[in-house]
Amino acid sequence: MLGKRLVTQQTGPKGKMISRLYVEEATSITAEFYLSLVLDRCSERIMVVASAAGGMDIEEIAKNNPEAIVNISVEPAVGIQKFQAREIAFALGLEAKQVNQAVTVIEACYRAFRDLDATMVEINPLVVTEDGRLVALDAKMAFDDNALFRRQQISELRDKSQEDPLEMKAADRGLSYVGLDGNIGCIINGAGLAMATMDMIKDAGGEPANFLDIGGGASPERVAKAFNLVLSDENIEAILVNIFAGINRCDWVAEGIVQAMNKFEIKIPVIVRLSGTNVEEGRKIIAESGAELIIAESLDEAASKSVAAVAGGGA
Amino acid sequence: MSIVVNEKTPVIVQGFTGRIGSFHAQEMIDYGTNVVGGITPGKGGSTHLKKPVFDTVKEAVQETGAESSIVFVPPPFAADAIMEAADAGIRQCVCITDGIPSQDMIRVKRYMIRYKEKRKMCLIGPNCAGVISPGKAMMGIMPGHIYKQGSVGVIGRSGTLGYEAASQMKALGIGISTSVGIGGDPINGSSFKDHLLSFEEDDETEMVVLIGEIGGPQEAAAAAFTRDYVSKPVVAYIAGHTAPKGRRMGHAGAIISTQGESAAEKMQIMEDCGITVVKRASEFGSTVAKVLAQINS
Repeated sequence: MLGKRLVTQQTGPKGKMISRLYVEEATSITAEFYLSLVLDRCSERIMVVASAAGGMDIEEIAKNNPEAIVNISVEPAVGIQKFQAREIAFALGLEAKQVNQAVTVIEACYRAFRDLDATMVEINPLVVTEDGRLVALDAKMAFDDNALFRRQQISELRDKSQEDPLEMKAADRGLSYVGLDGNIGCIINGAGLAMATMDMIKDAGGEPANFLDIGGGASPERVAKAFNLVLSDENIEAILVNIFAGINRCDWVAEGIVQAMNKFEIKIPVIVRLSGTNVEEGRKIIAESGAELIIAESLDEAASKSVAAVAGGGA
Repeated sequence: MSIVVNEKTPVIVQGFTGRIGSFHAQEMIDYGTNVVGGITPGKGGSTHLKKPVFDTVKEAVQETGAESSIVFVPPPFAADAIMEAADAGIRQCVCITDGIPSQDMIRVKRYMIRYKEKRKMCLIGPNCAGVISPGKAMMGIMPGHIYKQGSVGVIGRSGTLGYEAASQMKALGIGISTSVGIGGDPINGSSFKDHLLSFEEDDETEMVVLIGEIGGPQEAAAAAFTRDYVSKPVVAYIAGHTAPKGRRMGHAGAIISTQGESAAEKMQIMEDCGITVVKRASEFGSTVAKVLAQINS
């Protein structure tokens, strides 16, 4: 398997390179369970989720057979209690001799979740072996990006070869980027406006190539870096810059755009919509630069002009 | 009236003397906010932006009678700052900080339960642009000039999309009573629901705009609450129709992880509860204008 690509539901259609394997002895199984701890956004607490239908997709079980799932919410002031772990073990139908083992496993999962700032700990399946032992045959953890500053040991485990190179590049530059399949590159400030702009592009008949939030107080250099990043996507046929500046400054953004136009010799259409703080100064910088840019006055225009630019280029 | 903050509300700034705190405190003062002082542990007794600096929130409340605070403290220390405000008797706390670990927020929310309803603090944010009651006062980082004073209440998870909505409304001559940013994190201090109730009770507010996005249960909860308890018209937008499942879209909380969290599903839930849905982000202004015309006809 080593050196080959593995394609599963979780890797997406492109699959992931197998660079490491974990080899375990074969286990004879008499029962399979699902066990996970998640950050529950309804109760705003850590929640233990378990099911006797192990080895299966929990989302499927939740949809088709919700009564097969047991939930217990953990009181954050005292942490998980033994009686809660026992309730889960008995609800799963474990035999008495396995209940204590299950309590140990659940408590350990909770400690790992809490002490490593996880957002998910999932064991699927948790099995009972023929000789009566409770064994985790698989484990998956997700971690809180916002807590990595105090979890050095987790950051060090990061295997960058498994991640999207463009997204890694963005993260290194302090930009928030998610690659998509379209051809209109997006450079926007604020997550909400970025999502809304992508929706507007789609609604106008186009396809966004990415989500990109340049964040607050973006310097001309950061804007130019955003261009560099978006241009690394070979599907790009046009770029839309949509800025509603609050703590950003339109003049800085404009300087960044002009820098990028010159530095990267951009040949594809670039649509620019500026609004908010220092907008007049920003527009002046763009007008005086002589750069070939398509100016949009509103969100509506920004989307329709971007889609038109791509359609025009293709004809 | 307006909600959360008005021109009289005495406000203190936590993280007052830092670069970001100083800049926005000055903007708030210039807008007309009644900033009465600030807190930076270790700098108590000095003066900053012509206002007194205190070591602790408790001391600041005793000396100035502050009722509200705004937090510009960096992520590792922000949860502590919020709990300090709650303990000192602050009534409304706006936390701007982006990047607070989720487990810190679990701790904050648990801590705040200790206080009886009467002296419980309302936390707004974190990871938000703050609150503005246009023409009166601002506790946040928004460009104040894009907001016109008026009768529309706004509650949103996104800062810049809130600016977009406010400017579309202003262009049509429509003003805002108060705009509240509840923030883009998975665990918020207060929800759409909490502020919907305040707007329902506010005489100055005629209708409410909700600006939601993918991820989390809040929009669905707000929709059910609107159906059952809100008599004023509510208009809502959901961002993230093009967002793939399981991918985080900038905001820590903007991720579709389970059923009912996609933009399309949330829009359907909103519509089913009698909320007017804004289909495209360019139609905030026109949709609100239509609803206002119906109210006044």
